[in-house]
Amino acid sequence: MPLTARPQRPRVGLFVTCLVDLMRPSVGFAAVKLLEDAGCVVEVPRQTCCGQPAFNSGDRDTARALAEQAIAAFSSFDYVVAPSGSCAGQIKAHYPELFAGDPNIARKADALAAKTYELVSFLVDVMGVTEVEARFDGTVTYHDSCSGLRELNVKRQPRQLLATVKGLTLTEMKENEVCCGFGGTFAVKYGEISNSIVEKKTEAISASGAHTVLAGDLGCLMNMAGKLSREGKPIAVRHVAEVLAGMTDEPPIGAPDQRER
Amino acid sequence: MTLHVTSPQFKDNAHRALQDEQLQKAMGNVRQGFIDKRAVVAAKLPEFEALRDSARDIKNHALAHLDLYLEQYESKVTAAGGHVHWARTAEEARGAILDICRRVGARTVTKGKSMISEEIELNTALEAAGIRPVETDLGEYIIQLRGEIPSHIIAPAVHLNATQVESDFRRVHTHLDPARDLSQPVQLLTEARGVLRDRFLAADVGITGANFLIAETGTSVIVTNEGNGDLTQTMPKVHIVIASLEKIVPTLEDVSQILRVLARSATGQEMSVYTTFSTGPRRPQDVDGPEEYHVVILDNGRSSMLGTAFQDMLRCIRCGACMNHCPVYHAVGGHAYGWVYPGPMGAVLSPSLIGVDKAGHLPNASTFCGRCESVCPVRIPLPKLMRHWRDREFERHLQPATLRTGIGSWGFFARRPRLYRLATSVAMRGLALLGRNKGRFTSLPLAGGWTDYRDFPAPQGATFQDQWKSRKAEGRR
Ligand code: SF4
Repeated sequence: MPLTARPQRPRVGLFVTCLVDLMRPSVGFAAVKLLEDAGCVVEVPRQTCCGQPAFNSGDRDTARALAEQAIAAFSSFDYVVAPSGSCAGQIKAHYPELFAGDPNIARKADALAAKTYELVSFLVDVMGVTEVEARFDGTVTYHDSCSGLRELNVKRQPRQLLATVKGLTLTEMKENEVCCGFGGTFAVKYGEISNSIVEKKTEAISASGAHTVLAGDLGCLMNMAGKLSREGKPIAVRHVAEVLAGMTDEPPIGAPDQRER
Repeated sequence: MTLHVTSPQFKDNAHRALQDEQLQKAMGNVRQGFIDKRAVVAAKLPEFEALRDSARDIKNHALAHLDLYLEQYESKVTAAGGHVHWARTAEEARGAILDICRRVGARTVTKGKSMISEEIELNTALEAAGIRPVETDLGEYIIQLRGEIPSHIIAPAVHLNATQVESDFRRVHTHLDPARDLSQPVQLLTEARGVLRDRFLAADVGITGANFLIAETGTSVIVTNEGNGDLTQTMPKVHIVIASLEKIVPTLEDVSQILRVLARSATGQEMSVYTTFSTGPRRPQDVDGPEEYHVVILDNGRSSMLGTAFQDMLRCIRCGACMNHCPVYHAVGGHAYGWVYPGPMGAVLSPSLIGVDKAGHLPNASTFCGRCESVCPVRIPLPKLMRHWRDREFERHLQPATLRTGIGSWGFFARRPRLYRLATSVAMRGLALLGRNKGRFTSLPLAGGWTDYRDFPAPQGATFQDQWKSRKAEGRR
């Protein structure tokens, strides 16, 4: 969408995603800050899950029911934004497919798909954000999560904004576009294969020399964090939004909370 | 004859593959070899993406009018003096080939690389009939010596290292000097060439596959890098082409279009070294060629894919790019898939051909990373088609009960937002308390597939929606 076609202060429905909601709310608050700084009015309607686990398990009925729920909750916003390429991809690429045979809902699904974005690409491509006010000292590496990369073309936007974070140096790992082996239920159903894939990923991460690995999807992040900590590799894992928002007080993913309470 | 299928044991196969150090080393070469080469040649050709579109369109058009083009093809082959044999099943295809071999009294058959031959287990059938099949593609030759099936559709022996091949050659080629040097891959190639040369001369029948069947001319096309296909089809008295029916393409022009994406996607070459067109038997003015030319066209379940979502799969030109780029294939190799077609294309095709009850694991063993689709030269939506198989398995209750109940109870809460918030806010606070000191769990009930191999990060505590609600409430006060 051309920058001129959007409202001055768009109303954005934050699709927080079930993983961020349950596991790492701080990512949600980082997303809110980034969106508000970019001039959006952020609202959070009651929500559960986009339905991807059901969709990918062949349970189309549940997937459709959850999609209809999300369509009802989010249709009234100018934009829907998720801090996840995977969930945004589910809405953008797969909701239309789910209702292809049902013209009434299909129209609504298409409309929702058209205004749904992954967080960082929304900031750059729609809101025209070119820099962020944040500081993060050290060397980081960035993993391109699959759905964001291949369904939504998220690649250059996070790098563009990370380049404006003070104190931060980005060093690319090898094979940054290769899957980390998460794959939703795949990680549990085929744990041994998933493990072999994530082992290659953590090898690439540590070879990059970075002390922190970033990505835009909490599923992949939890997978990589879980493997790094099992391997005893002292590399911090964070969602890219936390760094871009300058909200890195919370301990990294999977790290102990050593703050005073 | 029962098919040799171990797909139902996919998990055990994968487990074994992951423990196999030799295999893991060989798979590292796949990761490095094919991917960069493809990327380089694709980037060098500005119209590469447009060519992928036109390859897709050509195949779609051919499939939409498959009956017409097959008829046209048959009449052209016949006009050129050849014979077309229609085989509905693997058994009929084997029967047609054996009939020809018996009629001409064949004792030795040379073979170019053909996945259809693997699909119908032709070698076993030939051997049972007292006919000696000799694979002439180097990779196929190696796995034939080892009694294996291909682990990759274009690089059948990619699961092996040179030292393994060396020891096979020493074991089998006992007529050669035991002290010879075989430490270089080129020495292995030269040795195989020498051994095969005599076989080419002795062969009564040559069998090749086909990359394309051209309707307007009745021509079959093979692409190879070793030239073995040419020797296979021109030296013996009889040439039999074996191909599945979706190999049909309307025109020569169409083939030249698709060839531009085939080798680039497969091996990262601009063209394969040999691209060979054959039309009918030797004509009086020809310097070489067979006296008889036969084409066996196999269906084996493919026509039932027409008109369904799986019709897209019939566009496949067998380039192998999807497996070259697949993290699961890299992890477990081709044999784990348990039948002739591995990787993403096999995960879609095998359930169609041998039944989803046998091949049900394959479309599930994918992270849906989408890299296969992003490189497929004919733009087959492989993840979407794997998902279609999952839909069918779900409908038929073929998936493990734990997954069904898991998805079911999670779906129950997710469809009831109020209940969901209540349940999750209690659960997350509880988990956070338990996990706070370490920040992670090293084991969790019901999630052994995860925690056997990696830690599970602890949640932060109150859910985002809870915190958001209290912030809003404070803001209003
Ligand atoms: S599915 Fe596509 S990428 Fe895979 S072998 Fe077939 S044509 Fe090649």
